[in-house]
Amino acid sequence: METALQTNVQTCYHCGDTCNEQPIVAHEKVFCCDGCKAVYELLEENNLCTYYNLEQNPGITGKKPVAEARFAYLDDPGVEAQLINFKNDRICKLTFYIPQMHCSSCIWLLENLYKLNPGVSESTVNFLRKEVSLTYFHEKTNLREVVQLLARIGYEPAITLADTDGKKTQKQSRTIIYKLGIAGFCFGNVMLLAFPDYLAVTEGLQRSFGSFFGYLSILLSLPVFFYSARGFFTSALEGIRQRMINIDLPIATGLMALFCVSLYEIISGTGPGYLDSFTGLVFFMLIGKYFQQKTYDTLSFDRDYTSYFPVSVTLLKENGEEESVAVRNLQVGDRIRIRNQELIPADAILLRGTAMIDYSFVSGESEPVEKVVGEVIYAGGRQVGESVELEVVKEVSQGYLTQLWNDNVFSKNEEKSVATYANVAGKWFIIVTLLVAAGALWYWVPRDMNMAMKAFTSVLIIACPCALSLATPFVHGHTLRVFGKNKFFLKNTSVVETLAKIDTVVFDKTGTLTEPSAAEVTYTGKALTPEQERAILSLLRHSTHPLSQRISQHLKGESSEVTNYQEYAGKGLAGEVEGKFVRVGSAAYLGVPADKIKDALKTTVYVSIDGVVLGYYTFFNVYRDGLQEVLQALEGKKIAVLSGDNNHEEARLKELLGQEAELNFNQSPVQKLEYIQQLKKDNRQVLMVGDGLNDAGALKQSDAGIALTNSVTNFSPSCDAILDATAFDKLSTFLAFSKKTMRIILATFAVSLVYNVVGLSLAVQGLFTPIASAILMPISSLSVIIFATLSVKFAAKKAGL
Amino acid sequence: MFVIFLLIGISVTVAACFLGAFLWAVRSGQYDDDYTPAVRMLFENEAPGKPKTAAKKPETA
Repeated sequence: METALQTNVQTCYHCGDTCNEQPIVAHEKVFCCDGCKAVYELLEENNLCTYYNLEQNPGITGKKPVAEARFAYLDDPGVEAQLINFKNDRICKLTFYIPQMHCSSCIWLLENLYKLNPGVSESTVNFLRKEVSLTYFHEKTNLREVVQLLARIGYEPAITLADTDGKKTQKQSRTIIYKLGIAGFCFGNVMLLAFPDYLAVTEGLQRSFGSFFGYLSILLSLPVFFYSARGFFTSALEGIRQRMINIDLPIATGLMALFCVSLYEIISGTGPGYLDSFTGLVFFMLIGKYFQQKTYDTLSFDRDYTSYFPVSVTLLKENGEEESVAVRNLQVGDRIRIRNQELIPADAILLRGTAMIDYSFVSGESEPVEKVVGEVIYAGGRQVGESVELEVVKEVSQGYLTQLWNDNVFSKNEEKSVATYANVAGKWFIIVTLLVAAGALWYWVPRDMNMAMKAFTSVLIIACPCALSLATPFVHGHTLRVFGKNKFFLKNTSVVETLAKIDTVVFDKTGTLTEPSAAEVTYTGKALTPEQERAILSLLRHSTHPLSQRISQHLKGESSEVTNYQEYAGKGLAGEVEGKFVRVGSAAYLGVPADKIKDALKTTVYVSIDGVVLGYYTFFNVYRDGLQEVLQALEGKKIAVLSGDNNHEEARLKELLGQEAELNFNQSPVQKLEYIQQLKKDNRQVLMVGDGLNDAGALKQSDAGIALTNSVTNFSPSCDAILDATAFDKLSTFLAFSKKTMRIILATFAVSLVYNVVGLSLAVQGLFTPIASAILMPISSLSVIIFATLSVKFAAKKAGL
Repeated sequence: MFVIFLLIGISVTVAACFLGAFLWAVRSGQYDDDYTPAVRMLFENEAPGKPKTAAKKPETA
């Protein structure tokens, strides 16, 4: 077996794909296709073979050659101006998004672009963002040449309509890092100055330098108060304006009390103040914020149709010339040409050719749809087969599909969920704190006025729920990472909390429950002899029709010669094989009477040999591995399916999902959105799992929208989380785990509560001293962080994630 | 003990220099990408001219 494998299966030196057909041997190396070989030769010529030494088979398959004429639109100065970040009389700078980037070889090659094109002066890769920043001399080369070079070596940059929209992707916010740096600096220095207070032996030192240390500490804590801690104050203020209490309100109160009391003590000379605790608290809480913020900003969660649509399309002028124009400039009445595998950018009427439109990504129909001349083709479909001519009937932004984005769900700003655990806890926290503070005041005022003020302020200080505010970001942050390791990427940490509350799960069918690339083919009718099967296969091999290819994949085997081959677009094929006259195609084409057609809703392909109809092939969806387990584990939650497809799979779905599940077929994108809206009106917490553009509205409308994708860098509609298709079987585990993390947060709250009770009991007795706060504060913060980290790790291990 | 004013002044100044260096580093974008530079520094500088011979032959699985 081993040796058989070694002799038969060879992998491509360039891309590592198995060479199943005739491998190309050149330069003592094996290539799977001409594309790969060409890239290798180009690199070898330029001494760039280090590419192959850094990683094994690092290349990107060259099986799908790119038509370089496609890049003609880049010569357009308008398009160029929109893509370029900076231009002077010598150089241009711009950034490309290159989703194919995957290893260190890629980084190396992309940073050595100047060896392939001397016009490129510099290229720098940001691997995590999958971006390359290029600088080139526009006298020596131009944008089109650079993009063509990238495409030739397999790294075609993704330039979509969104890039030319004018809204440049904003730079990562560095504010949190600045804040953290300044708070850390001030914390360290204030701590140093406060140190003498902690030790009795330095009392002499304290007496002579106390006020100097004090004023210096005030100076150092001013930037913390006004810059680093600003976020807590503004957030608390916002909460008050919206008449609700969030976690930041008790924090802001605590910080304010701490700072003001310290100012008073230092200036009046009554004490050293608590500025070390103040700066320390801000520093620790900013760490929590930073931790929470570091999410998967390399993945795009907010894409709309513009990042799916191409930038340019081939326009046919009146004199028959082809011209590449920007999709945005398409006007009603323009004639366009769409080639194999290209997208239809706008709703249009078919003028010439046979269109086989693959709508699976847009509408959820699993098989390509045949369109004949005169029919309207909706934007978003992908043409499969020959090139066709179309006339645009609607502008890009007014299309059937793109209108979905005019729904106000998309214009609404994402509101933060108010009822998060931390906010609810914060509300109770401040009530209890105020009660305790009032109690202390009530107890001490008749006895000792000084003590009363001290106890009152210390209660406010110690009750600052910093540990509480650390618990949530750390637990959620670690959960985010655990999920990320398992190929489930969340948009931000608050999604964890939303996932924990889900009680309704809605699935899309095509591409979500089913495997998009596979279809089960079954044959019904008279049994076929091996010769007959071979004859059918031989005929089908000649056709590029997707259905023909599916059947021929199913049949496998050797093919023989076909004579008099004929393909009738939209109907079927005919040809002679080994003396037999074989016809394959639709029921109508083979003259099967309408009343004898079975399974009318299913996609069927009939076969006849020598004029006798033998039977037909039917296509079934293949459901994803692990679907059964996922559905079983979701027990107790309401399950529904929204499909854009027809209901021929209803019986099988019922069997899979159970009788209670709601199944909805022939759903338009807007209907899907409305269905989710209805569920939400019934006070359900809805999770939508979908993959296509047609789910975009539903994903956005639901509480949590998960986009399923075969490759996370591919286009996925706007959503709250992206799930790699290979991890689909873990979906229910993810949901259960998010529930568990909520329990961890509660436990962490309990831990921090213990510290607060200890601190408060000191505070109400008026025993709260700088040294007590200096010890209690870092211990409580650090132990909460450690507790949160360890318990999430432990829970993840237990859940098998 | 008067020297303590001087010492603290120096220590704060030194610390402020480091803070300045840190802020400059953030500003110049060194914190934007914390992965690629780590890979980039492992690339060898090649001798110009002759390409290196392939270190490993691709394994045929």
